[in-house]
Amino acid sequence: MSRNAANRLVSALFRANQQGLSASWSVGGTRLKSAMPQPTDAKDDDLHHKDGKVLHPHLINENVLKTQYAVRGELYLRAEQLRKEGKDIIFTNVGNPHALGAKPMTFPRQVLALCAAPFLLDHPRVSEMFPPDAIARAKKILAAFKGGVGAYTDSRGNPLVREEVAKFIEQRDGVPSNPDHIFLTDGASVSVRLCLNAMIRHERDSILVPIPQYPLYSASIRLYGGSLVGYYLDEKAGWGLSAEELRRSLKEARDEGKLVRGLVFINPGNPTGQCLSRDNLAELIKFCYEERIVLMADEVYQENVYQDERPFVSAKKVLWEMGEPYRSQVELLSFHTVSKGTAGECGLRGGYVEMTNIHPGAIEEVYKCASINLSPNTMGQIALSCLVNPPKKGDPSYEQFVAEKAAELASLRRRAHMVTDGFNALQGVTCNFTEGAMYAFPQIRLPPKALEAAKAAGKAGDVFYCLKLLEATGISTVPGSGFGQEEDTFHLRTTILPREEVMTHFVEAFDKFHKDFMKQYS
Amino acid sequence: MTNESNGNGVSTSGHAPTTPLSIDTVNKRVINSEYAVRGEIVQLAQKLARELEEGKGSHPFDKVVWCNIGNPQILGQKPITYFRQVLALCECPQLLEHPGIRELFPSDVIARAQLLVKQIPGGLGAYSDSAGALIIRQLVADSIARRDGYPASPENIYMLDGASPGVHYMMDLLLRETRDSMMVPIPQYPLYSATLTLYGGTLMPYLLDEGAGWGLDVAHLKAQLAKARDQGLCVRAMVVINPGNPTGQCLSYQNMRDVLSFCHEEKLVLIADEVYQANIYVGNKEFFSFKKVVCDMGLLEEVPLVSLHSISKGFIGECGRRGGYMEVTGFPEAVKDQILKLASINLCPNLSGQICCALMMNPPQAGEPSYEQYRAEKSAILGSLKRRAELLVGALNRLEGVSCNAAEGALYAFPRVTLPAAAVAAAKKLGKQPDWLYCRELLAATGIVVVPGSGFGQADGTFHFRTTFLPSEEDIVLVVEALAKFHAAFLAKYGGLTEAEVKADLAAATGANSA
Repeated sequence: MSRNAANRLVSALFRANQQGLSASWSVGGTRLKSAMPQPTDAKDDDLHHKDGKVLHPHLINENVLKTQYAVRGELYLRAEQLRKEGKDIIFTNVGNPHALGAKPMTFPRQVLALCAAPFLLDHPRVSEMFPPDAIARAKKILAAFKGGVGAYTDSRGNPLVREEVAKFIEQRDGVPSNPDHIFLTDGASVSVRLCLNAMIRHERDSILVPIPQYPLYSASIRLYGGSLVGYYLDEKAGWGLSAEELRRSLKEARDEGKLVRGLVFINPGNPTGQCLSRDNLAELIKFCYEERIVLMADEVYQENVYQDERPFVSAKKVLWEMGEPYRSQVELLSFHTVSKGTAGECGLRGGYVEMTNIHPGAIEEVYKCASINLSPNTMGQIALSCLVNPPKKGDPSYEQFVAEKAAELASLRRRAHMVTDGFNALQGVTCNFTEGAMYAFPQIRLPPKALEAAKAAGKAGDVFYCLKLLEATGISTVPGSGFGQEEDTFHLRTTILPREEVMTHFVEAFDKFHKDFMKQYS
Repeated sequence: MTNESNGNGVSTSGHAPTTPLSIDTVNKRVINSEYAVRGEIVQLAQKLARELEEGKGSHPFDKVVWCNIGNPQILGQKPITYFRQVLALCECPQLLEHPGIRELFPSDVIARAQLLVKQIPGGLGAYSDSAGALIIRQLVADSIARRDGYPASPENIYMLDGASPGVHYMMDLLLRETRDSMMVPIPQYPLYSATLTLYGGTLMPYLLDEGAGWGLDVAHLKAQLAKARDQGLCVRAMVVINPGNPTGQCLSYQNMRDVLSFCHEEKLVLIADEVYQANIYVGNKEFFSFKKVVCDMGLLEEVPLVSLHSISKGFIGECGRRGGYMEVTGFPEAVKDQILKLASINLCPNLSGQICCALMMNPPQAGEPSYEQYRAEKSAILGSLKRRAELLVGALNRLEGVSCNAAEGALYAFPRVTLPAAAVAAAKKLGKQPDWLYCRELLAATGIVVVPGSGFGQADGTFHFRTTFLPSEEDIVLVVEALAKFHAAFLAKYGGLTEAEVKADLAAATGANSA
């Protein structure tokens, strides 16, 4: 029997821990360094089952319980329920363009289909169904994906696609980019989480996050057991970002004994829609340099810009142009995705992080964590390849590609105006223009009676408003509290994604509801 | 280890002197977690592959053979035609409108794609429900019910990007502090050890008995559990991999009943890794799901059970698609809500993977146009895998000082290798495990990439490696030859084996020195 061997292993484990060794026990190379907990007086039973249940809600990880993720929270669940009951729901709670009728871009989908079914390439009629550049691209990708799309790739993603991403960044920014510092992931969220997991060691470790923020940040920071430190965006200044406010919140955090490790900004903003100026970005970079903080640039909406004064500028470009010492010292993580922009390929789950000035040892660790999930999905990688390396002028698909893209961007720009104009026409509602991204984040001034009614229902004011809106109109939004907002203000987030043909109905339905609501509670 | 005040980027005096993200300030749980399947040997192999591609360096082989990981298509296994046809149409639905479509695709493929495109709101480019598109979960649940003869509900199904995220969710849910632990088989698939470390829990091993075909002994489970509790550990779950990875054994029905009774009595969650359920190569063994057995025993509501499955293995091998699911039963609703919340933070699993998973569970039926081709492709791959498994294991057992249990299932052989004392000493000198040295030299001599047994765990004093039997039938003959040649040379280099060494190894493996 093998029990002796097992016992030897286990006793070695405990011995090592008692001695406080850092490399305690090995099942061969699988070291377990986590310190052995001290036995407590509590009976095991109290900790591992309750009311006859092993999986009692009280007995699950506190970090999980405390995590909140509003985009798919109470409002979303209620909307799902109503949908199941047969009510028409307009899902504007999440930036999910195809769900609201956006059509996929033709070229990337052609390439995807050919990569999925390479035998089509050998079919005599393939050229009747696919343009030659889609065929050529599929062949190039299949040659680079050893084993085709059904094989695990490198855990960082396929090398060809990472090179294409690096070239895209170089062309966009005029700055060198190293494919070894680019990791492809299943959507940008996974990139963000890989980085946060590496950065957060314990509760004191903090990340500066804009308020309002995209709840991926609050949820992930909570889940990894770190602390979120908010810095407020100034709604009156078009959701502007000030160095003064950053310093205030940093000081407050340090006074509380927190270790600020990272600073997140979202440009264009989610849910706030503002586009940062070059000066603003330079300020952020200087701040991170002076305070030794990793800058986390969420740039997933870089294609979604609806004004011409401040085109998108990447943090990487500004960093580079600021020269030394910033260029080689400020640690920057930049995120991008196929889910947004004009592609809107949310379901394919493709994204990347580029790591600039990050310690090679830290990159290795992120690589290892990525490898535990083997590899990002290949379809998402190919979609990313098409995003960063689209048809070029002269290619057969070029005209159609450019036309599809321009039409969608122009339509989004019109919808941004329709939605924010609609909100601003309502009494007690103000809304900054959606300069970029996919959302409007209006402030709703709720009358005292509405607040009383909300309180009686045990809901926050904005949750109450959004639920009423949902019940009356089928419009599914997210309350501002899910993103964070200044105390005693109430907001909601809606996307600007309903198609133009239904947008008028959307605005009218909102208008009618709001007027009825204000009448009822005035 | 640097201490906090100088390792964290902010000194206690409030100044900010050091680099925010140096290796010293990376989360220790990240640094401590290890994942050998893509560890150091694999990185060396990647370097060699690059050199070969670029024509640099001189190596005694002309290609790297990736036996480190169950990644069938990279070694030439062809995808199942039907799956890829449906996927292509779903990925490019405008093809469905093309007048020539019926010449390119069989009618059942077209019908299936039309159904999926219609039923998945927004198609492949939209986020689905975080648990997966309802139609997909329904298809998966229906097929589980057919497999087991017991009902399954889409409410209990969570679609995943491969099966691995399901393990992450369970670790995240169940591990509250380092005292919380899980019982994990040794040898194990290192996903479990790596995530236990990453989420800050403690691994409690139970040894599979190599001498008894990697058998799982419930008396031993009980002893290990008692020991864990004596030490103040709170054991929350037990992991079973069936068929085994890396060990390839297939559990008997009675053994599964015993495991379930154990979990029931001891109030443990059972995490059943069943991703190799289609890979069984011996006539006298059959795959049963734990879900079926728990239903047979009338304990469905009593034992919280997580059953994992994937499109990456089986005869499908669609690793790159990242598709999988978990079925959870016996979970309170409030806990399932927490799983859904965790899933929602990543929005949704990728849609191609979800669709592929639904197709795996609902292949063409007899009488449908694609059936014959599907059946032929399936049995060709499984038949070939069986031949390759037998060939490889047979060859391994003919090597001096090597013994290998039959690969009853899964995609791996896990031979035990008796190493000469001089090799053990040489490894020690390098600060490495002896099995690492063996695998390292194997790679350098032959280009064959395998994973040292230490990455999976093994009884003290024994050395193993894991190799897949996925190279094609022509290639595996070459692999076996190269391995034999290398092995003889390795033994010769390190002074050969003494009888005492062989005996000691056998003793360590079988625990023959136990009372």
